[in-house]
Amino acid sequence: MADGGMGETDRRGLLRCMGWAGTGLVWTLAGGVPGSIGLEAAAATRVAKPFSFVQISDSHIGFAKPLNPDARVTFREAVAKIAALPAKPDFIFHTGDVSQLSKDSEFDDADQIISEAGLTVFHIPGEHDMLDEGNGKAFLDRYGKGSEGAGWFSFDHAGVHFVALVNVANLKAGGMGSLGVDQLAWLRADLASRGSSTPIVVFAHIPLWALYPDWGWGTDDAALALGMLKRFGSVTVLNGHIHQVQQSVEGQVTFHTARSTAFPQPAPGAPGANPGPMAVPADQLRGVLGVREVNFVARNTPLAIVDQTLA
Amino acid sequence: MFSLRFAACAAGAGLFAFVAIGAASFASAAPPTASVTIDNFMFSPMTVTVPVGATVAWTNNDDIPHSVRSVDGTFHSPALDTGEHYSFAFTKPGVYSYFCGIHPKMVAKVIVQAR
Repeated sequence: MADGGMGETDRRGLLRCMGWAGTGLVWTLAGGVPGSIGLEAAAATRVAKPFSFVQISDSHIGFAKPLNPDARVTFREAVAKIAALPAKPDFIFHTGDVSQLSKDSEFDDADQIISEAGLTVFHIPGEHDMLDEGNGKAFLDRYGKGSEGAGWFSFDHAGVHFVALVNVANLKAGGMGSLGVDQLAWLRADLASRGSSTPIVVFAHIPLWALYPDWGWGTDDAALALGMLKRFGSVTVLNGHIHQVQQSVEGQVTFHTARSTAFPQPAPGAPGANPGPMAVPADQLRGVLGVREVNFVARNTPLAIVDQTLA
Repeated sequence: MFSLRFAACAAGAGLFAFVAIGAASFASAAPPTASVTIDNFMFSPMTVTVPVGATVAWTNNDDIPHSVRSVDGTFHSPALDTGEHYSFAFTKPGVYSYFCGIHPKMVAKVIVQAR
């Protein structure tokens, strides 16, 4: 019963979490030194069986610059890596900026390429997916079946509750990402029936924590959503938008941003930088692009977390 | 002092006359255009002042798409890729705050002055 240095809430949460552990593997398209990335231990509810899924993000199909002359090529390489995974993931989740300019041809190419993995795919939009004349209608027509509003939805899989949020609609001058009152009301109702030991995974394009407000890397009303998630023993937030891996922890909520499959962006606040594409030598490009595999195992073990880059 | 003021008045009168002639010639010539470039996630200049009837022309020089969107809904460009342009003619005086619809932290304004 000794506290062992942890706060009362943390300790209680950890006890609840010992039922299963989540591990995250972050992959890049090029070789490199293995590093590590963490996903917190999750709630006591046992997952039905071990499973994995893949997060892919920021494919920006249509992007063609010296930095990456064809985003479709690197996207195809990422999808091939997914297809070659030894244990087949249950699904792929694309956290947005599927396209560069919301053109039909870009969405078509993205769909055709991602189908090469032969897996179920879910999508939420990034701000680049809202640029058609209908301000996101093209994305919704294609990917929004079963969703509400600007494309938010939730589903359950193997005992885990997955929530897909859209924070790139109705952006306001000077603001960051935005969830909006309708979506927040939906989220409150969606979570109401869930027991606090249900593991929750939340997807949103723009980070749900104030990683770097000057660059718009945050969500203005995220605190309202996070307040609703606070009672859950394990919440994992997976974001995109910033084209690099960053992490944060707030109580029992862990946040992870993902790499792009198209181009990297600078670290937050790098001197003289802007939040746009960051030039790297051609032979280093694939070392800064990648996908993320998330593994859920029903085991009472410490987390084994490995971050690998691919050759 | 007196002579200076007199000179200033005379100069002012001359200027006024010049402007009057100028205005007449404006009526038949194209309205002035102000240029704004988009680069490095900024609108430059951030504030542009034009007379009513003028056109503002935006050019995206950045390596990422941007858009031009007024806060009050008066104008809204499509997404502009590198090298693309958008123009809007301002027919009413006022202060038009605008931002990039893709990167909303980018803010700027157009001040349109009545003649």
